[in-house]
Amino acid sequence: MEYINLFVKSIFVDNMIFAYFLGMCSYLAVSKNVKTANGLGIAVIAMLIITLPLNYLLNKFVLTPGALSWLGDSFANVDLSFLSFILFIAVIAAFTQVVEMVVEKFMPALYSSLGIYLPLIAVNCAILGGSLFMQQRDFGNIGEAAVYALGSGIGWWLAIVALAAIREKLSYSNVPAGLKGIGITFITVGLMGIAFMAFMGISL
Amino acid sequence: MNAKMKETILNPILKGNPITVLVLGICSSLAVTVELKGALVMALSVIVVTGMSSLICSLLRKTIPNRVRIIIQLVVVAMMVILVDQVLKSFEGTYPLDKQLSVYIGLIITNCIVMGRIEAFALGNKPIPSLLDGLANGVGYGLILIIVAFFRELFGSGTLFGLPVLSALGYTNNGLMILPPMALILIGCIIWVQRSIQKDLQENY
Repeated sequence: MEYINLFVKSIFVDNMIFAYFLGMCSYLAVSKNVKTANGLGIAVIAMLIITLPLNYLLNKFVLTPGALSWLGDSFANVDLSFLSFILFIAVIAAFTQVVEMVVEKFMPALYSSLGIYLPLIAVNCAILGGSLFMQQRDFGNIGEAAVYALGSGIGWWLAIVALAAIREKLSYSNVPAGLKGIGITFITVGLMGIAFMAFMGISL
Repeated sequence: MNAKMKETILNPILKGNPITVLVLGICSSLAVTVELKGALVMALSVIVVTGMSSLICSLLRKTIPNRVRIIIQLVVVAMMVILVDQVLKSFEGTYPLDKQLSVYIGLIITNCIVMGRIEAFALGNKPIPSLLDGLANGVGYGLILIIVAFFRELFGSGTLFGLPVLSALGYTNNGLMILPPMALILIGCIIWVQRSIQKDLQENY
């Protein structure tokens, strides 16, 4: 039950895009059509599911104060938490490389349509943000971390596909000249964010 | 040379602003604009990180192998962010910061402005212009951050830097401005204003 609650919450209430603005750069740039948006969304879900539990283990057994005590008593007081940024980003960058190679080999069409944004997943704030929020929230076990990763990944995917669908329709409408393109997209995302706030306070 | 330097400094602030024109670095910026204090800390941190990491990457540009450059850039940026984070933590006693802000300081690593400027400018230019370019992009980013934070704090809580301004005049706080989506709408409006003045930036579709 707790897991379902966390899952629903991380999709709707703590949505990566609408509540925390994470992964906005690629969100705004790759949302011009639904197909590419779908591909990037799935790549982000995959990255989150792989890297977040890994970083959870890293955080629990290497980084937090006293985490190294499994190495022996002399390590009990070591506090490596200042290294967390660099280790998290290293894990993420390494796995981005792996995902990139897999996508290039098995899904060449998706590879060419994602272009520069595939390597940029390494610097997608949603991925690193997921790990940092995981660290901040102190999850009890790895299951919670994995459920949180899946939920926030699906939330991101949902948000980018919805925006891409709206933008496809939007290109037929008559927008003031100065707002065309990115301006109206910002306002659309803002309005979608207000709509998503209706989910606030949900708990199962 | 001087005209070129001036161009390097002024372009990122107005015509090539990283947020409103290039749409980079929206990720970590919007959530810290609820109040001016957080926005100012964030802006200063980003200015330091973009400037210094552009400088370092530019110094290293001839020795970095092309294939592994992303990882090396990330290490340089992460190192700068750790420095900034540690400096901020050392002031925590006197100037306590929001817990949320500390997450977003970490997220400067993945701020697209930093990586974008290193890729687009620092790897092909001499150290001094790269430093200036990095600093100027940080300023262009900080400027938008502070404009947004100014309106959100003024109309959302009636204060500026925590000091009562509108609330002293009997203003009722507009709770909508505090909510995250308003930051996006405000940036949309800033883009609208900028593109109405600089017509060459308008898009066609």
